[in-house]
Amino acid sequence: MTSAAATIKKPKVIHPRWVRITHWLNALAMIVMIGSGWQIYNASPLFDFVFPRSIALGGWLAGGIMWHFAAMWLLVINGLVYLTLGIASGRFRRKLFPIRFGDLVCNVRDAFAFRLSHEDLSVYNAIQRLLYLGVILAGIVIVLSGLSIWKPMQLQELTALFGGYDSARVVHFLAMSAIVGFLAVHVLLAILVPKSLKAMIIGR
Amino acid sequence: MARIRKAVPGVDPKLLVKDAAKLLPDPARRAFLRGGVSLGAVAFLAGCDIVDGPTAENALSKISFFNDRVQAWIFGLNRLAPTYPESAITKPFPFNAYYSEDEAPVVNGDTYKLKVSGLVQEKKSWALPELYALPQEKQITRHICVEGWSAIGSWTGARFSDFLQRIGADTKAKYVGFVCAEGYTTSIDMPTALHPQTQMTFKFADQILPRAYGYPMKIRIPTKLGFKNPKYVTEMYVTNDYPGGYWEDMGYNWFSGL
Repeated sequence: MTSAAATIKKPKVIHPRWVRITHWLNALAMIVMIGSGWQIYNASPLFDFVFPRSIALGGWLAGGIMWHFAAMWLLVINGLVYLTLGIASGRFRRKLFPIRFGDLVCNVRDAFAFRLSHEDLSVYNAIQRLLYLGVILAGIVIVLSGLSIWKPMQLQELTALFGGYDSARVVHFLAMSAIVGFLAVHVLLAILVPKSLKAMIIGR
Repeated sequence: MARIRKAVPGVDPKLLVKDAAKLLPDPARRAFLRGGVSLGAVAFLAGCDIVDGPTAENALSKISFFNDRVQAWIFGLNRLAPTYPESAITKPFPFNAYYSEDEAPVVNGDTYKLKVSGLVQEKKSWALPELYALPQEKQITRHICVEGWSAIGSWTGARFSDFLQRIGADTKAKYVGFVCAEGYTTSIDMPTALHPQTQMTFKFADQILPRAYGYPMKIRIPTKLGFKNPKYVTEMYVTNDYPGGYWEDMGYNWFSGL
């Protein structure tokens, strides 16, 4: 009874404070890591293209490296806090699971018909669950592949797990591409559904 | 194992010079922080404007020095860089410097002397035949450039730790510094200097070190990035005063351990 009364008085919290804080710290860390990572990529491109200098952070290679190896601390420490709280609080289990194939098919069909509901922001649909889980995994892969590029001697077993130094670079690049792809969709949808952005700022 | 050889920039000396010129910062304004869109996003997210200026540059340098300490802390003498079979050697092995291959220093081996100074008991200079007489061993290890590319090479020479013992170096000192024929400088921490794979290299692929790879002597350090592996070394010294280096002074992380 009392909980029902409380719900009426105050709209329920969609994102607790720790989620909002780690979300925005992660956003900051990711943007610095991606921008400086592009600068580092440009020094020895893996593929037949470079990133425009105007969107690469740091001015030149040394500046890019400085930003990259400064923001990595924020990314990793904040990421560990997020993962720990996400698992310990049961939030991941509640919000991201289960992901049913049938739901996914329905959601995709609804999305293309522009019928996908965003009424209740506290419940994620199957596409959201899959994407959020996927980007968390990409985040883990990008940190591990990054560590194996940074420390291929000290962490040589980890580097070997990625197939050696050169393939760890490719994995690192692909994980970045996945995260940038996620970011594009994520930001676009936050703009299309502004109340979701509001919820990530004030919590409800 | 996917090996991306085609994109190794060191292969084309002309391209490299162009790259180096582009990469070399304006000494007055090192321009660490320029970065257009991404920087704008950072400033927006951070809600302030400190990201573009000496404050941020200073903070980044401090973090880089902090990273030096972290890397020194995780560095162990017993941890060896992976070694490879002869078949894994990268051919041709790239030339890389901030100048083109035909501008590489030409050192006369007959008159060459390695000058030794600083916190050592024996400050005599070493001629090439004396250096060649030191016990030598071969390593096939991966050279990893700060730019990101890598290549496997075969280097033969004397253990640097043996040499430090011979000259009575103070191995409790913090740093070993190197000066090269063209004026290049770099420096390393003592634990790395004493690492069993840190080598005074006289041969590449079983041949006397060619000019491109640092004749008459380079310091091969498979536990550090390529720019910490000086070529054409003519002087070395042991010191407790932070010596910095050519690239390090321009912003590359000093420890740069692998």
